[in-house]
Amino acid sequence: MNRRQLSQPELMRRRVIGVFLGSGLLASFASFIYPVLRYLVPPAVADLGGDEVVAAKLSELKPNSGKIFRFGSRPGLLIMNGDGTYRALSATCTHLGCTVQYRNDLREVWCACHNGIYDLNGRNVSGPPPRPLDVFDVHLRGDEIVVSRKREA
Amino acid sequence: MFSTIRHWLDERFDWDGLMAPLRHKTVPSHRLSYWYFLGGITLFLFGIQVVTGILLLLYYRPGANEAFESVQYIMTRVRFGWLIRSIHSWSANLMIFTAFAHMFSVLLLKAYRKPRELTWVSGVILLFLVMGFGFSGYLLPWNTLAFFATKVGTEITGQVPILGKPMMIFLRGGEEVTGATLTRFFGFHVAVLPGLATVLLLLHLLLVQRLGISVPPKLEVQWTANPSAKREMRFFPNFLLREMMAWYVALGVLGALAAVFPWNLGVKADPFVSAPAGIKPEWYFLFMFQTLKLIPSRVWFIDGEVLGVLAFGLVGWLWVLLPFFESDQPSRMKGWITGLSVLALAYVAGMSVYGHLAK
Repeated sequence: MNRRQLSQPELMRRRVIGVFLGSGLLASFASFIYPVLRYLVPPAVADLGGDEVVAAKLSELKPNSGKIFRFGSRPGLLIMNGDGTYRALSATCTHLGCTVQYRNDLREVWCACHNGIYDLNGRNVSGPPPRPLDVFDVHLRGDEIVVSRKREA
Repeated sequence: MFSTIRHWLDERFDWDGLMAPLRHKTVPSHRLSYWYFLGGITLFLFGIQVVTGILLLLYYRPGANEAFESVQYIMTRVRFGWLIRSIHSWSANLMIFTAFAHMFSVLLLKAYRKPRELTWVSGVILLFLVMGFGFSGYLLPWNTLAFFATKVGTEITGQVPILGKPMMIFLRGGEEVTGATLTRFFGFHVAVLPGLATVLLLLHLLLVQRLGISVPPKLEVQWTANPSAKREMRFFPNFLLREMMAWYVALGVLGALAAVFPWNLGVKADPFVSAPAGIKPEWYFLFMFQTLKLIPSRVWFIDGEVLGVLAFGLVGWLWVLLPFFESDQPSRMKGWITGLSVLALAYVAGMSVYGHLAK
């Protein structure tokens, strides 16, 4: 192939065409990549069950005991105190996300993973947990114990 | 920077030596050269299948209770999920089409001749694998159409004498098409077939690389007689750039089809409803489906279905071994294989159209 020396305007034209083609290609590649990147991010899971859930029946719990219930996609902890009152907390430990349990010997909430302890108001009293557990509202409706999120004041 | 890396590689692996065959590779240049693009386009579409398939795997869940819902989730909730799934389905269909077109172009350009017999054999087996991909992937959304297509398809396997029944049970994971079938087909589709296809694909490409690209016999004679008439193009970058333009066009077609005609999901499969009227397999199985429908229920002393299945099996084997039937004698080269391939093409096309139009 014999190559002629290109003149200055010809070189310029080439460069312009090259820029157009190149940016067109780049733009189209961006349009291929963009959907893929969006696809990779999972959609936010709708918190099923909304703001309220039936945690247990009245007859289910004995005084001084606890029960894990499902609140949306996360666990909650329902506690019946010795005096027959109820209390509901988030059961996800604020340290590393284990599920906590009620210890009737300590009358406290205990996380088995790293020995974190919360009191019955959800306050982190010892061990590694950095923050208190969320506290939920408890109502009685007929023979059902209904737990709901605290309304933002 | 680039040349430093290259130098580093060259020092250790003789990179330039490894790449030398690619640099010296040429592609014959003549008026039928366009047909050489088909294999590459099929390869490109296969690549699209791998990528979109992996993406679908991020959200898909096999299992009778979850599969349909997970595909529904992909299509309605995941951003661009509809697009990814639609591209996967469309690309599958286009790939089967281009694979068939590639095969018939190889037949008609007589590229399967000595020394390329094994390239043909590996190619035909790849085509069968691709149809296996189509058949197994079709079930995965677990919708009514897929359910019955799989029922019929595996039932046909069951018609093969002696081996049929155990094969059917193996495919179905039991006597019936159930969630167990879905799990199996999922395994075939994402593990077994990709593994086999990768090995065969590498072999196929290695053979193409090793043997170079075939020239139609007539031209070959001319070029041997008069070497100065020979026209060639360098594979890299000349042919590859053209090929990549074809890929880009294929991608455009694919994107347009997927966006304008997104693939349906249909209705969730229910083993306890009757098959919907007018149920048909995917278009690439139609010619076989229609043939089986036309064979009378009893031919002499054999069941029609059994006869049909055996005939297709036999034709399949002969098809794989086709190059070995061609005579080496130049005088007899013109001939019957070309006639046969035109006939086969007409049969497949005709029966597919007939099957599509038939009630």
